Amino acid sequence: MDSRRAPRTVIDPKVRQVGFFAPPDRSQSVPLLQNSNSPPSPPLSDLSPSGNSLSPVMIPPPRHLSDLSSRAVPVGFPPNRLLSPLHRFSGESVIPVGSYNPSEFASPSVGDFFEEKNAQSPGPRRSRGVGGSGKFASSLPAGGFELPPEVKPKSLTTVSVVSNLQPNVTEKVGEQSNESQDGRGANSKPLKEKTSKAERRALQEAQRAAKAAAKAEGNAGSGVANSVNTKAGKASKAPVQKKDNVSVAASEKRGGERMTDKDRKKDVPHPRMQFDDTSRVEKAKKRAVVKQTEVRNRVELFRHLPQYEHGTRLPDLEKKFFRLNSVHPAVYKVGLRYLAGDISGGNARCIAMLQAFQESIMEYSPPKEKALNRDLTAKLNSYVSFLIECRPLSISMGNAIKFVKSRIANLPLTLSESEAKTNLLSEINKFINEKIILADKVIVQHAVTKVRDGDVLLTYGSSSAVEMILLHAHELGKKFRVVIVDARPKLEGRLLLRRLLGKGISCTYVHLNGVSYIMSQVTRVFLGASSVLANGTVYSRVGTACVAMVANACGVPVIVCCEAYKFHERVQLDSICCNELGDPDAILKVQGREEINDLKDIANDENLQIPPTSVPVIVREFRKDQILI
Amino acid sequence: MENTYLSVIFHSTKSYIGLKVVFFCHSGPFRILVKRSFFIEDLIWRELLRHIGILFIHHSIIHDLSNKLLGVIFIIIMPDTHALVNDFLNQLKKRKIEGSKATAKLTAELLRSVISQQRIPHTNQAGALIQAIKAIGEQLIAANPVEVAVGNIVRRVLHIIREEDLSLTTASIGGLSLHPMSDDEDNVDPDDLSAAAVAAAARSTLRAPSLQTLLEGVPHSAPLHQSSSSAGDSEEKTKSTDKNSRSRKLKHHVIETVNELIRDITTCHELIAEQAVEHIHHNEVILTLGSSGTVIEFLCAAKEKKRSFRVFVAEGAPRYQGHTLAKELVARGLQTTVITDSAVFAMISRVNMVIVGAHAVMANGGVIAPVGLNMVALAAQRHAVPFVVLAGIHKLCPLYPHNPQVLLNELKSPSELLDFGEFSDCMDFGIASASPLLHVVNPAFDYVPPKLVSLFITDTGGHNPSYMYRLIADYYSADDLVLQQRPTS
Repeated sequence: MDSRRAPRTVIDPKVRQVGFFAPPDRSQSVPLLQNSNSPPSPPLSDLSPSGNSLSPVMIPPPRHLSDLSSRAVPVGFPPNRLLSPLHRFSGESVIPVGSYNPSEFASPSVGDFFEEKNAQSPGPRRSRGVGGSGKFASSLPAGGFELPPEVKPKSLTTVSVVSNLQPNVTEKVGEQSNESQDGRGANSKPLKEKTSKAERRALQEAQRAAKAAAKAEGNAGSGVANSVNTKAGKASKAPVQKKDNVSVAASEKRGGERMTDKDRKKDVPHPRMQFDDTSRVEKAKKRAVVKQTEVRNRVELFRHLPQYEHGTRLPDLEKKFFRLNSVHPAVYKVGLRYLAGDISGGNARCIAMLQAFQESIMEYSPPKEKALNRDLTAKLNSYVSFLIECRPLSISMGNAIKFVKSRIANLPLTLSESEAKTNLLSEINKFINEKIILADKVIVQHAVTKVRDGDVLLTYGSSSAVEMILLHAHELGKKFRVVIVDARPKLEGRLLLRRLLGKGISCTYVHLNGVSYIMSQVTRVFLGASSVLANGTVYSRVGTACVAMVANACGVPVIVCCEAYKFHERVQLDSICCNELGDPDAILKVQGREEINDLKDIANDENLQIPPTSVPVIVREFRKDQILI
Repeated sequence: MENTYLSVIFHSTKSYIGLKVVFFCHSGPFRILVKRSFFIEDLIWRELLRHIGILFIHHSIIHDLSNKLLGVIFIIIMPDTHALVNDFLNQLKKRKIEGSKATAKLTAELLRSVISQQRIPHTNQAGALIQAIKAIGEQLIAANPVEVAVGNIVRRVLHIIREEDLSLTTASIGGLSLHPMSDDEDNVDPDDLSAAAVAAAARSTLRAPSLQTLLEGVPHSAPLHQSSSSAGDSEEKTKSTDKNSRSRKLKHHVIETVNELIRDITTCHELIAEQAVEHIHHNEVILTLGSSGTVIEFLCAAKEKKRSFRVFVAEGAPRYQGHTLAKELVARGLQTTVITDSAVFAMISRVNMVIVGAHAVMANGGVIAPVGLNMVALAAQRHAVPFVVLAGIHKLCPLYPHNPQVLLNELKSPSELLDFGEFSDCMDFGIASASPLLHVVNPAFDYVPPKLVSLFITDTGGHNPSYMYRLIADYYSADDLVLQQRPTS
C-alpha cells in the first residue's frame, strides 16, 4: 500500500509542473538527456541531484538492486498506472497489450520471459499484486510513451504502437458487441466470434510477428534519420536505460524529496489551486495580468474553483494589447480567442497554442547574459500563466507545454541561437503532426472499421475526432445514419449537424434529454474526450457522462476516441473536485427563444446560477471500448 | 303578497344565469320557491341560501301552495352533454390542457355532468350508467392516448358506480334481513348481523385486503357468507320495491363520490406536502427536473417547517420548465440553483435526494415523466441517490406499459430545438432524395422503469414501486381495465 501511495504524492507535484517552473524542468531533463544519448553522461547526472524527481521516490533504494537484477523497468510506475485503466476495463485487453511487447523486443520469447520475470520480481510493482499488472510492467517500454520525459524519444514509436494495437481494438469491439447483444438477447454471429477466441489469438500472433518484422526494418531505417529521436533500438537499449535511471534514482533519492518540498512551496498558482483559499487567491491576483471580476453570488459547491464573470474581461484586455510587453502578441491573440470562446476543443486549442509559441520563438532572442534555455523557459512560463488566466489549460495543452519545455531544456548548450530555434520549431511541428494530426488519422482509420452499413451512430456535442471518423466513413461509401445529441448551453452539436448535412449525411438531432428515447435505435456511440485519466476515467465535455450512462443502460457499445497525448496521470473521482466553470449567463438566456427569460430579473438574488461544468467525468464502467491511438 | 310564491326550478350546473333570475325575482313582492336539483354545486347552493330566505324542496308542499303560486320559472340550462364532450375532446386533441392534474379534474367534472344528465332506465341502472361512461371514456382516451389521467378518471368513475351500486344493493339486503331478524328470534346469529355490519362487510369485500382493512379488523367471513347467499333471491324484491328511490339514490351517491374525487384531486398535493418533513432534512441537497406543482408544494412545506436545504433545478430543455420552477421556488424563499441538463451527472454526486413529479404512474411501478428524467434516474442509481416520485393517486394508471418510450410518448415540434429558418436548406436538400436528410426528435416524455424508482409518495402515503398494483386493486375494478368495446360484441 505504501509503495502505492508514495508515487501518487510525487506524481502530483510533477503534474503541477505543467508549464510553470523553469529550474526543475531544466534539471528534470537531465535523465532524459542520458536516455537519448546512449552513452550516459555521469557529470550531468551529478550536476542535477534534484533531477528526475519521479523515479527515485517511486522506487525505494534497497529494492533497486533487486529490480535491477530482475530487469524490472525502472520508471515503471506512471505508465503502468496510465495503462492500467485499459487493462482493467476489459480483461481481454491485457493479453493484447502485453503481447505487443514482443514486437518491441523483436522476439516474442523475450517478452514472455519478461513477463515471468516481472511476475516474480519483488519490488514496488509487485506490491500492486495483480498478475495482470505484471504483464503490464513488461510492456512498459512501449507503454511509457505518455510520461513526458520518455515521450519524446519515442514519439515515432507511439504511432507504430498504435498500429500494433489495431487488431486488439477490433477484437475488443467484437467481444464488446458480443456483450451488448447478449444483453439484448439477439444475434448469434458475435457469439460465434467468441468461441473462436483461440483462432483469433493465433491470427493475432501472426499479425504481430509480421508487424514486428516490419517494424524492425522501419526502426533500422528511421533510427538513423532521426538523430534527435533516438528511439531506435529500444530492445537493445532498454537494459542500459534502466541501469542509468536506477543508478540516478538511487543516488538522488533524497534530492528528489527535497525537490518536491521546494516544488510545493513554489506551487502556489498551479492549475488546481483551490479558490476557497483566500490568501492564495490574493497572491495569485496580484500577479495576474488579466483582472477578472468575480461572480457576485458564488455557488457554494464550487468555491474551490474560480468563478469569474465572463465577458467583462475581453474589452479590457483588448485595450491592453499594445501595452503588455511580457506576452508575445501571438500568444496574446490566442489568449484572447480562448477568452472569447473562438477556439474550443482540446486539439484546436493545443494547436493554436503551439503555433503561437512557434511564432514567439521565431522572434525571440535571448538577452546577452542569460542562457537561451533558461530564459526561454521563463518566457514560456509567463505565456502559460497568461493563457491560464484567459482560460484554464486543457490537459492536452498541459502535456504539450510539458513537451515544449522539456525540449527547450533539452537543447544542447553548444547549439547556436538560430540552430536551437529551428530545432525547437521543428520539434513543435513534429509534435503537432505526429501527436495530433497523425494520431487523429490513425484513430479515424481504426474507428472506421467499426462502422458498418446500416449503423446508427450517436455522437454527443462536437468532437473533431468523431467528426473525422464520420466523414471518412461517409467517403468510404458506408451507409449509416448519425444521431447528434446536443445540450445547452454550448449547443455545439448544431455546428456539427450543419457540417455533416453539408456533406449529405443523414442526421437526427436530439436534445440530451431525449437521449434515452433515441438510444434504442442506436447501434454505436462515438464520443470524444478531453483526456483519459490514470484511473481510467474519461474527462470530456459536460453531458458526455449522461450519454455514456444511458448507452450503457441500453446495452449500446460506447467508443471513446482520444489521442494518446491527452492522457494524464491525474486521478479524479467526480466532476466537481476539479473542473472548469463556464458562463452563468449562458443558462439564463435561451438561444433563439427570447420568450424564455423567466430568470432574468431574479438572477442576482438568492437564485444562484450554476455555471455549466464544462467537463465531467465518465466513470470507467460505462466504457465498453476505447480507441487509443 | 307575502304569501304568493314564485317557483324557480334549477336544472343546471352553470347556475349563474339561474342566480340572476332568482335575484331578480327576489326583488319582487313575492317569495320564491327554489327547487334544487341535486347536481347544483354546493357553492352556488350556499350562495342562494344566503340571499333567499325560504327554500322549498318538496313536491308536496308545492302542491299545497299551488293556489298561491304566481308562476313557475324553469331554469333549465341543460348543458348539452354532447357539446360538452365534444368541446373537451377538441381540447384534448389540440393539447390545450396541460398537466395531468388539470386534465383529471376536467374529466371528472365532465363525467359528473354526464352522469347527472344521463336518463336512467328502471332496470339495470348501474349497467346503463357504466355503458354511457364507457362510451364517452373511450372517445376521451382516443383523443389523447398519451394523457393517461383521462383514462384513469374514467376508470375511477366506473369503479365508483360499481361500488355505489353494490353498496346500495347490500344496504337494501341489510334492510331486508333486518326485518326477519326482528321477527323471528331463532335466526342464526342475531347480534352480529346488524345492517351496518352487513354494509361494512360488503364494502370490505369490494376492497381487496389492504393494510387499512387489516387494521380495521372487520370480521370478514360470516357476513360475507350471508350476503352472498341472500343477494340472489332478494334482488328482484329490492328492485320492485324501491325502484324509484334507488334510482335517485344511485345517481346521487355516485355524484357525491365523484365530487369527493374531484376534491381529492384538487387537494392531493396538500396531503403529499404534509409528508415532506419526513423526507427532507437539514442541509440536504435536492435535485429536481421538470415543473410540477406538487414538487413546489412539497419543498415549500419542508421549508415552512424550518428545514434549510438547497435545491438544484435542472432546466429541462427544450421546454425549460426548470426556469419557471426555479423562479417560483426563489419567490418562496428557497435556496435554488439552476443547472443545465448536461450537468446533472456531475452534480448528482453531491445530491442527497432526487424529488420529481410524474406524468403518470403505471401498474408495474414505472413512471411516465417529463423528458430527461430517465437520465436523472440512471444517474441517481449510479450514485445511489434516492429517487423519489411524487404522484397524486389520480396519476395511477392501471395498465401495464408496453414499449412506453414509443407508445406512451409524444413528439413535440422541432422548432423547440432548431430554428426552421436555420436549417431549411438542409431540409430542401432532402427533398431531392425523397427522404429528408435531417430529422429532429423532440419527445415529450420519458419512461423510468420501476427499478430506478426508490419511493412513490402519494396522498395515501409512501409506497414502493412494487406496491402499485395493490393500490390499483383498491382504486379500479378489474372489469374496467379495457375500455375499448370489441366491435363484434
